[in-house]
Amino acid sequence: MNSSTPDRNEFEPLIETVNLKTHFRTPRGVARAVDGVSIQIRRGQSIGVVGESGSGKTVLSRSIMGLLPRNGVIREGSVRYGGEEIGNRTPKQMRSIWGREMAMIFQDPMTSLNPVMKVGRQVTESLRLHLGMSSSEAMAVAEKIFRDVRIPEPTRRLNQYPHELSGGMRQRVMIAIALACGPNMLFADEPTTALDVTVQAQILDLLAEQIRDRNMSMLLVTHNLGVVAGYTDEIAVMYGGKVVERAPTKTLFQNVKMPYTEALLQSIPRLNQPSHSRLAMIPGRPPDLVDPPAGCRFASRCAYVRELCRHEEPPLVQAETPDHTFACHFPVGSPEYHERRVELTRASGTTAGVS
Amino acid sequence: MSVVANNAGDEAAVARKKLGFGFWLCVGWLGLMLFVAVFTPLLPLKSPTANFLDSSQGRPPYAPSWKHWFGTDKDARDVFSRTLHGARISLTVGFSAITAGFLIGGTVGVISGYFRGWIDRVSSFVFVVLLSFPSLVLAILLTSLIERSLLTVSLVLGLLSIAPVGRLARAATLQYSDREFVLAARQIGAKDRHIIIKEILPNVAIPMSSLALLGMAVAVVAEGGLSFLGLSVEKGITWGGLIQLGSDASKTLEKAPWISFFPILMLFLTVLSLNFAGDRLRTFFDVKEMTL
Amino acid sequence: MAGTGKAHLRPAGEALLRVEDLVVEFRIGRTGLKVNAVSGISFDVLPGETLGIVGESGCGKSTTGRAVMQLPRATSGSVVFDGRELTTLDKEEMREVRTKVQMIFQDPISSLNPRRKVRDIVMEPLLIWKRGSKQEQGEAVDKVLEEVGIDPQRAAESLPHQFSGGQCQRISIARSLVLEPQLIICDEPVSALDVSVQAQVINLLEDLKKAHGLTLIFIAHDLAVVKNISDRVAVMYLGKICEIGPSEGLYGRPAHPYTKVLLDSIPIPDPDVETRKVAVEGEPPSPVNPPSGCRFNPRCPNASDRCRTEEPIMREIDPGHFVACHHPLFGGEAPVTVRSA
Ligand SMILES: Nc1ncnc2c1ncn2[C@@H]1O[C@H](COP(=O)(O)OP(=O)(O)OP(=O)(O)O)[C@@H](O)[C@H]1O
Ligand SMILES: Nc1ncnc2c1ncn2[C@@H]1O[C@H](COP(=O)(O)OP(=O)(O)OP(=O)(O)O)[C@@H](O)[C@H]1O
Ligand code: SF4
Ligand code: SF4
Ligand SMILES: [Mg+2]
Ligand SMILES: [Mg+2]
Repeated sequence: MNSSTPDRNEFEPLIETVNLKTHFRTPRGVARAVDGVSIQIRRGQSIGVVGESGSGKTVLSRSIMGLLPRNGVIREGSVRYGGEEIGNRTPKQMRSIWGREMAMIFQDPMTSLNPVMKVGRQVTESLRLHLGMSSSEAMAVAEKIFRDVRIPEPTRRLNQYPHELSGGMRQRVMIAIALACGPNMLFADEPTTALDVTVQAQILDLLAEQIRDRNMSMLLVTHNLGVVAGYTDEIAVMYGGKVVERAPTKTLFQNVKMPYTEALLQSIPRLNQPSHSRLAMIPGRPPDLVDPPAGCRFASRCAYVRELCRHEEPPLVQAETPDHTFACHFPVGSPEYHERRVELTRASGTTAGVS
Repeated sequence: MSVVANNAGDEAAVARKKLGFGFWLCVGWLGLMLFVAVFTPLLPLKSPTANFLDSSQGRPPYAPSWKHWFGTDKDARDVFSRTLHGARISLTVGFSAITAGFLIGGTVGVISGYFRGWIDRVSSFVFVVLLSFPSLVLAILLTSLIERSLLTVSLVLGLLSIAPVGRLARAATLQYSDREFVLAARQIGAKDRHIIIKEILPNVAIPMSSLALLGMAVAVVAEGGLSFLGLSVEKGITWGGLIQLGSDASKTLEKAPWISFFPILMLFLTVLSLNFAGDRLRTFFDVKEMTL
Repeated sequence: MAGTGKAHLRPAGEALLRVEDLVVEFRIGRTGLKVNAVSGISFDVLPGETLGIVGESGCGKSTTGRAVMQLPRATSGSVVFDGRELTTLDKEEMREVRTKVQMIFQDPISSLNPRRKVRDIVMEPLLIWKRGSKQEQGEAVDKVLEEVGIDPQRAAESLPHQFSGGQCQRISIARSLVLEPQLIICDEPVSALDVSVQAQVINLLEDLKKAHGLTLIFIAHDLAVVKNISDRVAVMYLGKICEIGPSEGLYGRPAHPYTKVLLDSIPIPDPDVETRKVAVEGEPPSPVNPPSGCRFNPRCPNASDRCRTEEPIMREIDPGHFVACHHPLFGGEAPVTVRSA
């Protein structure tokens, strides 16, 4: 549809953040919600961001999009979109980018739709605003998009209010609104968490199909590792405001490096395990973002922790597998890792914490 | 845009909230007023009804002086003493009115919010009827019909506070009785009375207590209004009555502003303190309920 | 109304809980319409067994759990717990039964009174039932708090919001355990938790079950979680049970087309598993006006004319594995029966 972005180079990332920091002033002190994140997203690529609640997934996607609260926020680092710095733009300057270039889908389709406006108008609004369409043109486009996102009887639905639609239908409307102006970048913040499994599968398939057809990039925030496995090219694992491991989806599942990612993967119950199999669990809780521990932020919960981890923060390093980075002193596969693993297995006959 | 959800992770985030200096200042003022109201007869004050005519100064009212801190009214009565005595009735009326309102309105509200059904339908109807009378007019009507003693004036004002208090209590109860902790209490075998007292009341009481302070402020003002119209406690000294005396003719107000100024100041400070303290109290007790 | 049969019930004497033809309807305001939340389901739970109940949002899982507790009472049907019929008990008798059946809810925060100290919350059941002396009560509470991994000292000083979601769920579990019940109904106890914390709570439930000889009903919409914890699983759709069987058998070889759809919809945390195309079109219809015949027929790939008129009846297709479907994925066509509607 519309592509006013400078598409200079196929290989240049569409979005690039360098050492992005977003801190909040709170009564207790400064909360480092996002603390130095550098990621790149290429055109047409979909990247999944996973991590426990409070790890900064939402704040990261909002920081890139420039949708942060006005007050009490400390921002640092750079955000480039198509090579252009947008990190320091005001909301007013961002308005031309929102909707047209980047769009966002939220978790709760009920609260993110305007309850007193017909859904058709909510779609045409941005078409008229951004693309200067007449109201009948916009209506025609809206109907086509409704058809694209497989809303049955689109003409009738355009005239309905959000509360007249089911949860799955509302999420389709949200997607339609996000797609309306043909953005290049889609942020989806837990788009299916509020939906049923069968509807979740439908919505994810729909998103995947639209991304492919429109050659869009997507940042998919979720805490469901099953969702990222099937629908993303790359995964970034966040912990305590930092990206601790990043790899192409297949690589990550086959060759996990960071003990946190490993623990996260092992803690999900799987259908192919027999009933009553013991789940691996991560003890404790995520770090305090106001006063994060020195050294590795995962140290207090890590089964492989050593003295070094508590003093020195592990830098993000390259793994032997391509495009794979992680931050850990004693990654999965290292001699220290094996040594500790043997100890652990010996110590507890029941292999809690280790599968 | 929807607010970014809070997180369960930061339990330590519950920073100790402070009530603040302003709150304690207000409490101090209210305490002082209460003290005055209770102990006025014992304080070494000039008689509030005696005439301190002073031929050297000519005709009263006399301006504030060392002898009469707040001046005197046109019958040469000491405004300072009268203002303090006024606190007695004004605060008593305010307090008993809101107590009556809470006892009746609060109980009915909580009960109808918890049990719902026909009790709720009846009480909601009564509240609506009560609320649709213009309250000041109703108060004027009632007080002009009855003998106006401390008790009856308090009761009339209390009657007016039943409906707003009851509605708030009902709404708060409704909100909490749908919570799962109430269901949880029921399924461990708690009886209704137990649930209301132990599970619902502590939650409802907090917003209500701040409402009580605000409501008392309203009652004090309403009493002022009534006595301004000469419809408050007969023969009693009240702030409203004093203000009325000081402003019965525009000339009095111009020539001797102190007669009404001091009672107005007291009324203002008291109502302000009640409002401010009520407000602070509400935010203070607002338990942060985190979303997951 | 025809139920979906009771072939899957085991001998009445063996079961700790036996629910038959349970119907729960809610009237919608004064419209004269009603929500058919639960429409004649039957199931039983043996002592020491864990029954999982899965199904999409609004299919009546929570309503079923609450109807067992008689909160609110069912519209019709029978609930027999430990040999006693609960639906006819009066308020006082029911109050007593509730000490033996407990429930844990989904929202860990909202199920704890925000203004009471955590230790008092856990103590409450003992106070209500005046169990033991003050000191014994204190000891019992501290013991159960230790068991679920909450520091009693901290619990005595803190309000629920000072704990994380997972910890609040542990506190709820402690409260339900302190009366030493026989049966605990867990209504989506881990749905609001992070995966890492979810694993902690599931493991805890398994441990407690062993230690206290508990019987569990575990309600959830996450099929993998239900499989992990259950011995037997019932799949619900729109107020009916479609399929019930041992978890290995039911997951390994689903017979009901809806069970298959549910299983196929789960995103698999493994990029090597090919993502299949959408497993089913459409969304569950409204329980206000459910379809006639088999309630799944508008979305079912196998639906026939028979499905639109005749309600399928529960029958055994594998030992202990029952399905209510005319054309199941295995086990052959349902025999044509002559029934009164
Ligand atoms: N406006 C804000 N003011 C203060 N702190 C904030 C604000 N927004 C977010 N935070 C904090 O930043 C941290 C990261 O929050 P974020 O919402 O990004 O987590 P998340 O990974 O999206 O978690 P979830 O899975 O629960 O959505 C949290 O500790 C949160 O409390
Ligand atoms: N008190 C009530 N009044 C009216 N309708 C109700 C009431 N409680 C539940 N329902 C309806 O009954 C149906 C079944 O609800 P129920 O809560 O049992 O579903 P559920 O399977 O637990 O769903 P979820 O997974 O969303 O918790 C729903 O359609 C619901 O809207
Ligand atoms: S750096 Fe140390 S503590 Fe951190 S994840 Fe690696 S092994 Fe664990
Ligand atoms: S009875 Fe018919 S419609 Fe229902 S599930 Fe079986 S095949 Fe499908
Ligand atoms: Mg988030
Ligand atoms: Mg439910």
